[in-house]
Amino acid sequence: MMDTGTPGALSAAIAGVGLIGPGMPDWPAASATLRGEAAYVFSAAIIPVPLALPPAERRRTGQIVRLALAVGFEAARAAAGDVSRLATVFSSSGADGDNCHAICEALASEDRQISPTRFHNSVHNAASGYWGIASGSMAPSTSICTYDATFAAGLLEAVTQVVAFARPVLVVACDTPYPQPLHAARPLPGSFGVALLLAPDAGAASLARIELTLAHAPVDGMGDAALETLRLAIPAARSLPMLQLLARGAAARIALDYLPDLQLTVALGR
Amino acid sequence: MSSCLGGGLDETLKALNARQSGLAPCRFETVRLDTHVGEVAGIDDIRLAPAMRAFDCRNNRLAELALRHDDFEAAVRDAMSRYGENRIGVFLGTSTSGILQTELAYRRRDPATGALPSDFHYATTHNSYSVARYVRERFSLGGPATVISTACSSGAKVFAAAARLMSAGVIDAAIVGGVDSLCLTTLYGFNSLELLSRHPCRPFDATRNGISIGEAAGFILLDSMPASSGQIVLAGAGESSDAHHMSSPHPEGLGARVAIEAALQSAGLRPDQIDYINLHGTATLTNDAAEDKAVFGIFGDRVPASSTKGATGHTLGAAGAIEAIICALALTHGLMPGGGINSVEADPVLRTRYLIDNLHAPLRYALSNSFGFGGTNCALAFGVA
Repeated sequence: MMDTGTPGALSAAIAGVGLIGPGMPDWPAASATLRGEAAYVFSAAIIPVPLALPPAERRRTGQIVRLALAVGFEAARAAAGDVSRLATVFSSSGADGDNCHAICEALASEDRQISPTRFHNSVHNAASGYWGIASGSMAPSTSICTYDATFAAGLLEAVTQVVAFARPVLVVACDTPYPQPLHAARPLPGSFGVALLLAPDAGAASLARIELTLAHAPVDGMGDAALETLRLAIPAARSLPMLQLLARGAAARIALDYLPDLQLTVALGR
Repeated sequence: MSSCLGGGLDETLKALNARQSGLAPCRFETVRLDTHVGEVAGIDDIRLAPAMRAFDCRNNRLAELALRHDDFEAAVRDAMSRYGENRIGVFLGTSTSGILQTELAYRRRDPATGALPSDFHYATTHNSYSVARYVRERFSLGGPATVISTACSSGAKVFAAAARLMSAGVIDAAIVGGVDSLCLTTLYGFNSLELLSRHPCRPFDATRNGISIGEAAGFILLDSMPASSGQIVLAGAGESSDAHHMSSPHPEGLGARVAIEAALQSAGLRPDQIDYINLHGTATLTNDAAEDKAVFGIFGDRVPASSTKGATGHTLGAAGAIEAIICALALTHGLMPGGGINSVEADPVLRTRYLIDNLHAPLRYALSNSFGFGGTNCALAFGVA
C-alpha cells in the first residue's frame, strides 16, 4: 500500500448513521443484514416524504432531495444532533434525474418553456438548499459530484472539514436513477442514500472512529454476491464495506473505491 | 482564463482598463430570447486531443481553451516536477457541466425507441464531474479530485475545499477554478424566473432588471509553498447557507454577511483592512439589495466595491473563479475595475460605496463575493505578499 498524507491527519468519530437503499429501509435493518442476521433481498427503496419541510416546499421536492433529507435526519436523530447548527456535505453522482429529463424533453420541443420550480430544482445543490430550509442551519454546506466516487469523495470532504473546523459535519451521499432515455446511458438500478454524522471527538454514543488515507490498494468488496452486486451498481453503495464493519463493530482497515487509480483507505476502530 | 472579455490575463486586464463589456445580443445556438449574453469566441475551433475525444462538449472545449492561456500548462508541469503527480488535486466548479450535449442529443432521439444517439457520452460530457476528470486526465494527475456544484458559488468554494486538503497535508498543490458554458437550461430557466434583462445587465443601478448570462473558464494553481513578494495569496475563505429559499436570497443578506465575516475571521483581517470588494452583483433587484445590506453592514460606505458582471455577464459556476482572478489582477496592478459600464448609475437606495469608474491605487487585500441558488454563500479574501 502506497499512502499519501500525514498519518492520523484525517480522522473523525462516527456519531450517527442514516441509510435507505434497495431492500434496506433504514440503518437498523441494514445493519442486521450487513451482520448476516437476515438474508439480503433486493427490492425498490422506499423514500419517505420530507415532513420537516413546509407543505409548499415538500410538494416541489424530487426523489433525490427526499432521499437526502430522510437519511440526513435519520443520522442526526440517531446522534441527537442539533441540526440547526450543523455543517453539511452533499455528494451525488447525478442530482435529480427525473427533473433533468423533463427539462431536456421540454427544451427539445417546440415550446421551450420550463417552470421556475423545475429550473431551481435542476441545480446539483438542490438537496442542500432544501436541507437548509428544513433544518434552519446557516452553517456551511457544500455539494459535490465525483461520478462513481460519490461516497469516498463525500467522506474525504467531510472528514477534512471536521479536522479543519473542529466541529460536527453531516455527510450525505445519495444517488437516484435517471428515467429513459438517460437511464440507458447511466443505468443505475435503484436509489441508495447514506448519511454519517461525523464529529471531531468520540463521544459516549459514538459508533466508531475512522482515519482516512489516500492509497493505491486493492478495493475491498462484499463477501455476499447480492450485496457486492449492489455495491458495484450504485455509486453511493460503494460505502457498504465500511458500513458492514460499522454494523459488526469490527476494527479493521479497508480500501474503498474512490477514483479509478486512487483508493480511500479507512482505518475503523474505537 | 477565458471569458467574453477575451483570452488570457492580458486581454482581460486590457478590457477592464478600457471599461469594455463583452455582452452582445443573444445569437447562441437556436435560442430566441430577447437578452444579452457573454459568449466566448473560438470555443468551436477547439479540438481536444485524440485520446480525450469522449470529453468533447462545449464545456470541456471552453476549459481547454482557458488552459492554453497564460502559460498555465507550464505552471502545472512545474508543480508536478516539484511535488509529483499524486500530490496535486483538482477542484473545479460548474453548475451545468456539459448539459448542452444532452439538450442537443434529446433532439436526435430515435423516433421509434426514444433512445439517445450512440455518440452521446454521459460520463465524460453531461455528468458534473466531467470537467475535473478532463483536467486531471489531461495532465495525468493522480491526486484527489472533485467538482463542487453549488450553482453560482461553485467557482469560489473550490478554493476553500482545496485549501483544507492542503492544510491537512494530503496535497501540496491544486488546480482550482470554474467552468460554465452557455446552454438552453440556464437561458430558458432564468427566463422562466423572469430574471433575464433585455439590456446588458446593470448591477447596483436603480433601473437594474435582471442578469445577462455569460460563459467563462478560469483556472488557478494553488501552491502550498510560502508566497514570494508580489505573489497573490488566498488569505481566507468563508462559507454559509441562507436556510431561507431555493431561488431568492435572504432579504437582509444575512447568509452573505455570515460568509463575509467568516472569510475575514479565517484571514485574520478586520473589515478596515479590505481595500476593494468584487461584489456578486448579479443585477437582479433582490440580489443586489440583499448583498448591499450585507456589505454595508460590515464595511459601511468606506470600501470601494464593484460588480464586473456588466463586463463578463454572470458566468454562474465560473463566476467565483474568474472574479478571484479579477481580484488578483486588481491587487497586482492596483486597478479597481469600475462597475459603471452599461450606463450604470449607482442606485441611491443602496448604501455600499459602489464604484462607477476605474480607480487606481495600491491594494493589499481584496474580497470576492459569490452567492447562489439554494442559499449557498462564499466569500474569499485575497492578499498580495
